[in-house]
Amino acid sequence: MKLNERSVAHYATCDSPADHTGFLRKRVERHHHHAHHYGTSYQRRWFVLKGNLLFYFEERESREPVGLVVLEGCTVELCEAAEEFAFAIRFDDAGARAYVLVADGQATMEAWVKALSRASFDYMRLVVKELEKQLEEACKSLAACRKSPRRSSSSGRKRHLSNPALLPLQEKPAILENGYSTWGIGGSVPGGDHDGGQAKPPPLPPRRRSATGSATGSSAPGLSPAMLQSPVSPDTVCFSKLHDWYGQEIVALRREWQERQKRG
Amino acid sequence: MRYNERELLSLARQPAEKAAEIRMSVPKKGSVLKKRLVKLVVNFLFYFRTDEAEPIGALLLEHCRITKEEENVFSISFIEEPERKYCFECASEQQCQEWVEALKRASYEFLRRSLIFYRNEIQKMTGKDPLEQYGISEETRFQLGTHQQ
Repeated sequence: MKLNERSVAHYATCDSPADHTGFLRKRVERHHHHAHHYGTSYQRRWFVLKGNLLFYFEERESREPVGLVVLEGCTVELCEAAEEFAFAIRFDDAGARAYVLVADGQATMEAWVKALSRASFDYMRLVVKELEKQLEEACKSLAACRKSPRRSSSSGRKRHLSNPALLPLQEKPAILENGYSTWGIGGSVPGGDHDGGQAKPPPLPPRRRSATGSATGSSAPGLSPAMLQSPVSPDTVCFSKLHDWYGQEIVALRREWQERQKRG
Repeated sequence: MRYNERELLSLARQPAEKAAEIRMSVPKKGSVLKKRLVKLVVNFLFYFRTDEAEPIGALLLEHCRITKEEENVFSISFIEEPERKYCFECASEQQCQEWVEALKRASYEFLRRSLIFYRNEIQKMTGKDPLEQYGISEETRFQLGTHQQ
């Protein structure tokens, strides 16, 4: 079976941060057809965990991985090898070999076992779904709080509000007036007084008006009141939809920029 | 580069997030569109000859670009080789859009960004870190600011 190995190797060595790295000794598997016994030599390798992929290199500075273990569906357990601080990556498949790895101490072994146990895509997906649900619930209860008299809802409450598009549609009128995106780190929202649910959206804070912006990474793209009508479904708090929605803004900005470039 | 092909083959047999018969071409000179069974499982896209049990190939979907091309067509390319495109011709524009959506979300990197986003939002709203309950709040990979793309 073919694999896009060049791209995979590139992913292994590129800048994107690794989830865990370190030297481990990897047991060399030698199978003898007449006897079910393994050779007991180990090779020291530099291991890099990215997502559900465990790469290993001959040296830390090596430009290409020697190998890859796709971790999806594996279990990680401590093992009774002759070596101390040994653990194994195993797969369900009956005939599958195990990867026996040896750390240099208790702490590093535990850190690796912890990292590898949680490395699967499925696990991440579960956590994200759970957080998505929690955010939705937090939005709902926040909206419910806002319905009650100002005194009780605003005292001590942080004025950092999520994008109004994330909140249930029926709450929209009350939200729009405080409708600021807090995309990006430390995106703080100016409080501002609001008078009931009928006021139209207050003007956006100065830094977000600039469309030439610093729309890189996680900073906030410019928002106009019209864009507060997001296509995000009122029932779901969905990062990917929000991501796409902001993406449209970026696409428009990029097109604008390219046209400007053409005009020279 | 060695890899555990056996496990990857096993993954290809798992229930897919999405599967369909789509005409596909690989970025090789003279390559034509051929009908394939295309199957998305976690962050891998497997493609099979329609009557075979074992995939011809697998694409890891990290650091890739999913592009909507002309009508019914989308492509997958990888950031270090943007001109080498795997092309997919769907049966309809709708099917095409659905695949583009699904594939854009099919990377571990995307999940990671989502997690960081939700964590941050929840923390701002409730003052609590939702990752505490999972015991993973200290892990570097989930910290804001370490994954600026």
